Amino acid sequence: MTETATSGADTDAATRPPADTAMEAVSTAEIVGRGNTDGNRLFKEWFAGLDRAAEEGRGAAYVFVMGSLTELLRCFDFPVVFPEINSLQTAVRHLAPELLNEAEDYGYSPDICGYVKADVATQLRGGTHPMGTIPKPAVTVCTNACNTYIKWAEIWERMYETPTFVVDVPGSRSAGEAFSTSDRAFANDRAYVETQLRDLIPRLEEISGVPFDIGRLRERLGWTNEMRRAWTRVLELNRSRPALFNALTDGTVYLGVANGLRATPEAAAYFRDLVEELEHRREQGIGTLPEELHRLIFVGVPCYPIFRRFGELFTEWGGVFVSSTYMHFASGGANAGPEYDLDRPLESLAEGLLAQTRAAMDSMFFQTDALLEMVDHYQADGIVYHPIKSCRTVSTGLADNRRAVMERRDVPSLFIESDMMDQRVVSEAQLKNRIDAFFEGLESRRLKSGTTT
Amino acid sequence: MNDPATRDGPLDPATLELFPRWRGRDLDELLWECRELLEDMDFPTVARWREGGGKVVGHFQVYFPEEIVHAAGLLPFRVRGAPIEPFQADSRFGSYLCSILKTSLELALSGRVELDLFVSHPICDAARNLAGVWGRNADHRCEILYLPQNATASHAPAYLRGEYDRLRREVETVAGQAVTDDKLRASIRIYNENRRLLRELYALRRESPWLLSADESYVLMALGGLMRREEHNGILEATLPLLRQREIRRQDRIRVVFEGGFCEQPPMDLIRAVARSCYVVDDDLLIGMRWILEDISTEGDPLLALADAYLNRSSYSPVQHDDRKPKERMLMERIRDAGAEAAIVTAAKMCEPGLEEQVTYIHALDEAKVPYFVSEFEENMSSFDHLEIQLETFVENLMFD
Repeated sequence: MTETATSGADTDAATRPPADTAMEAVSTAEIVGRGNTDGNRLFKEWFAGLDRAAEEGRGAAYVFVMGSLTELLRCFDFPVVFPEINSLQTAVRHLAPELLNEAEDYGYSPDICGYVKADVATQLRGGTHPMGTIPKPAVTVCTNACNTYIKWAEIWERMYETPTFVVDVPGSRSAGEAFSTSDRAFANDRAYVETQLRDLIPRLEEISGVPFDIGRLRERLGWTNEMRRAWTRVLELNRSRPALFNALTDGTVYLGVANGLRATPEAAAYFRDLVEELEHRREQGIGTLPEELHRLIFVGVPCYPIFRRFGELFTEWGGVFVSSTYMHFASGGANAGPEYDLDRPLESLAEGLLAQTRAAMDSMFFQTDALLEMVDHYQADGIVYHPIKSCRTVSTGLADNRRAVMERRDVPSLFIESDMMDQRVVSEAQLKNRIDAFFEGLESRRLKSGTTT
Repeated sequence: MNDPATRDGPLDPATLELFPRWRGRDLDELLWECRELLEDMDFPTVARWREGGGKVVGHFQVYFPEEIVHAAGLLPFRVRGAPIEPFQADSRFGSYLCSILKTSLELALSGRVELDLFVSHPICDAARNLAGVWGRNADHRCEILYLPQNATASHAPAYLRGEYDRLRREVETVAGQAVTDDKLRASIRIYNENRRLLRELYALRRESPWLLSADESYVLMALGGLMRREEHNGILEATLPLLRQREIRRQDRIRVVFEGGFCEQPPMDLIRAVARSCYVVDDDLLIGMRWILEDISTEGDPLLALADAYLNRSSYSPVQHDDRKPKERMLMERIRDAGAEAAIVTAAKMCEPGLEEQVTYIHALDEAKVPYFVSEFEENMSSFDHLEIQLETFVENLMFD
């Protein structure tokens, strides 16, 4: 194990002037929309890097959004691949139908996760993807936050003989469990997670040929600290009225950067800039919609096969998603838990992985209290539940959760089912009927209560 | 005899007989009584236990360290779904879901079984939601037990020991009494005996499958989830010699392994339909009951011994990742060890891990040139004609190939 100083080039990007100082110098025209423009640019650059890695024959680290451990993996110079993101991109770009068919021809059931099937077909095509070529895996590191992660990794294990390392992160044992670092059970969990990381490091050294450098880890954790601080602020800022961004659409752009570029100076800088933009918008009263009528919370995973249209079905009624559970679990719980303690990087990484991944899981399995809190904090007018066929992790408990929320609070809700990948179970007409009826109810409720915007 | 109807004084679990009806019966009558009990969706043994003042801990599939519950003087109840309509539970879940989650919850919501504690395990994406849903709908406490998915981690035994210790504290709260190490060792001994008897049962099927059909074997094993294991041991001890003495002529049938019953259980009639066509010489039905392959040590720390057995002396299933036990290799070993000529590879409808594993199994079987029959099932299915015809065709193709 060695230790190096922070590299100068990376530091430049991460230590730019704080947002409030820089804001004076920027105009509305320059700043509004920058988050999406920069986010899309960074996302494309990330994929271009993967494409280059594939061309050079470099093996990648395959990871998932809940517990990606990119801070550690980047210390070994692995290009980091998120197959979930690859797959959703094929849905947004309308390639998914043929990929799903190919995977089903290979033997996979129509009833399993569409992300898995799109990836299997992409792998069978040699990694060819609309965003570039995906490098093959040199190692897979996955948590147990979603069981399909493990089954998915086993596919690459068989396809490429890729070593798979499951980092087991025990979640909450029951609803409302207090998160206490002094608890005996938490200590048992923390020791387990930390030891797994210590087990993992020599294997990563062996696979990559790069010795572990704790200084590099410290540096990476520092950038993630910056990003997570800003990410938390981004979520908070959307409590503003009008809402500054749409958690469904803009939120997905932010998630792309938060995952794909996590533990990089670029992500730290991007989110600092994003906070700057959102603070500016808040001061100027610039909402994401021209006229915000209904503030909504989104629960589930977006409908990527008709992503743009799905969002429009809500915005056409003046509905904006001020928050979502997606921004919590698909960021790997980035807003949860303490900052990494750079004086004890590895121990702190273990604690952070446990706290953040557990929070991500709680936002799916024990979400009732969190949703009610969101309704209050974001002054939401309604909740939209969108369970999907492909993902039982997210979808299994939503119907019951809705019942629980309705028992405790008079908040209107909509329950619509489709999919994140499979066009065959997406009926735009049916979705529109249900969504229109929901908004008619919200309108009526708004008029009765005399609420104006 | 400790009949709750006539008992004076405190309950003595060691002698409370929950299922006396098998006694004094010949083999066919005994098997019939056992099957009647297994198919009784009012779970009379659990009701009888409760009448006697006993408390019940339900646990979801696949594996659960029942010894900890047993040592507390409680009744461990294996929640394995049921062929019932989930009238109340259906609205608690999403659409694209296996049946077992819904019917398991239905058992509690409908009052068919009354529990004091329910423990689930995050074995799959659907089941990991079960604790949340169950906890919001049931009066009793609901807990998750996190069994390691990184079985080879250096700290996994210590972690699992800690998790079992946490479970012990939960169970003690329900029981109102301490679960001492000595009590645990005594329970481990009873479960070791149970595992030995189940190994015998399966050995008999491998060696002389004409003496014991797959459905009969299933009934005899599954009973263990409905009663205290000492009582189950008594039934198995009495039945095994009778099975060996059975006078049934050996037939010319294909020997097959049945794979895909690790969680949701196929209907009994499906198992019987398969048994009519083939000799099922091994299977993974209720594999959690046979998860531990060897006796667990009764020396030293019993919780650590339980943890070590789970991690290092255990079977396999699609819901546990262990580099040492790639599932397709394990299936091929099961086929080889049982002297099977073919495999029936099934999965419960909407069971993600089972359906994913099917692809792996099929590719491995193709490579090894082992014939196989692929199917899906649901615990509530009631028509098997089509399946039986397909299966007969498969068998005929093999026999006359």
